[in-house]
Amino acid sequence: MDWNVVSANFPLLMRGLGTSLQLAAVVIVLSFPIGCLIAIGRLSRRRWLSAVCAGFVHTLRSNPLVLILFWFYFSVPLIIGRSIDDGASVIVAFVVFFAAYFGEIVRAGVQSVGTRQVQAGLSSGLSYAQTMRYIVLPQAIRSMRPALTTQCIVVFQGTTVAYVIGYHELMHTTSMIAERTVRPVELYSFAAVAYFAVCYAGSLLSRHFEKQA
Amino acid sequence: MRYEFRWGMLLEQPYFTWIVDAIATTLHLALLSWILALAIGIAVGVMRNTPSRALRFAGALYVEIFRNVPLLLQLFLWLYVFPELLPKHWQLYWNRLDDAPYWTAVIGLSLFTAARIAEQIRSAILAIPPGQFKAALSTGLTPFQMYRYVIVPYAVRIIIPAITSEFLTIFKNTALALTIGVAEISSVARKIEAWSFKGIEAYTVASATYVCTTIAVIVLMGWVEKRAYIPGLIKREKSDA
Repeated sequence: MDWNVVSANFPLLMRGLGTSLQLAAVVIVLSFPIGCLIAIGRLSRRRWLSAVCAGFVHTLRSNPLVLILFWFYFSVPLIIGRSIDDGASVIVAFVVFFAAYFGEIVRAGVQSVGTRQVQAGLSSGLSYAQTMRYIVLPQAIRSMRPALTTQCIVVFQGTTVAYVIGYHELMHTTSMIAERTVRPVELYSFAAVAYFAVCYAGSLLSRHFEKQA
Repeated sequence: MRYEFRWGMLLEQPYFTWIVDAIATTLHLALLSWILALAIGIAVGVMRNTPSRALRFAGALYVEIFRNVPLLLQLFLWLYVFPELLPKHWQLYWNRLDDAPYWTAVIGLSLFTAARIAEQIRSAILAIPPGQFKAALSTGLTPFQMYRYVIVPYAVRIIIPAITSEFLTIFKNTALALTIGVAEISSVARKIEAWSFKGIEAYTVASATYVCTTIAVIVLMGWVEKRAYIPGLIKREKSDA
């Protein structure tokens, strides 16, 4: 064991961790609103709209993230006729993929608020939008918080998948250094500790929300 | 978009054999890992509810470690780090093993999924009315027999929908085994694309494999759930994948 290899490459590894966190943040910020739209679509009374949204969610949820990434990495350049950079295809693939998962969480959250609440809101003279805004959503968001936090951890762990196309996040950075220095044991152990620290902090937050709900 | 479809290519050699082998690999990798994960997950889940503090702590430690490290990294740890920690002659045996990547994937996938199943089992056991525990013990069962004959069969039925979706998760997660060199369907789709430049056809086969298996599993497990149902005891939940 020679931990010097970790300290010598520490700045590089930290930059990798920074890229992972940044990628996760961008994906969460973009896919959550899309997920909300999908949830609204699935709860809509228009049959075709809810069918389209359900189809989208089921298709994405039954495919692995790696394969979705391959699809975008491969087919988007084919459609637009020129190559795009790795970062863009990673972000687009991840956003589309995780929007389906966020959509399901939001839908479950909204449905967890009973229909009686909606009826009570409507009969007290609020419009449908007001009922949603002041009665359903505040309760739904409260009950969704643990699941949303857990999903953010899943997104962060999912950023490792960008490794397969050589995106320079922590996983790929670690494997590059491990190959160059032939010290896989120390480097992968360090990466494991780094991922664990971030995800464990997230899971504590999720547990805190669970207690509040 | 200028792209010439050539679906017939998928039936030509060597692609056809690759695809069939890869689908078979994906299925038995997922099935084997899932069975192991169930066994480990049930054991760990039971540990987390026992009166022994040491066992509870060990169970919690297991779950936290395996849940909070990304699966892809876990596979790398099993591939690169784990053999280094073995005694010398085991290491030689492991390195000479023909399909070391496959067994690495089995270990990685089952231990990762076991942590998730353990959590489901734990909450299922908490949902069992305390009267069941007392009744089992007062009929003279030992604590082990109580878990073996009363609590676990009960808990497993409660979590049939959850373990169905865990199977689907492990099935999708087999795709990550491509990073350690297992020829499952996603990696073969990538290989076919590289060989023939027919990516849409190749990736369609891979996606179709996942979608069809998902549908088949949901139908099958719906039937299992109906068969395993104990009248009057468990409220049936709708399985949702």
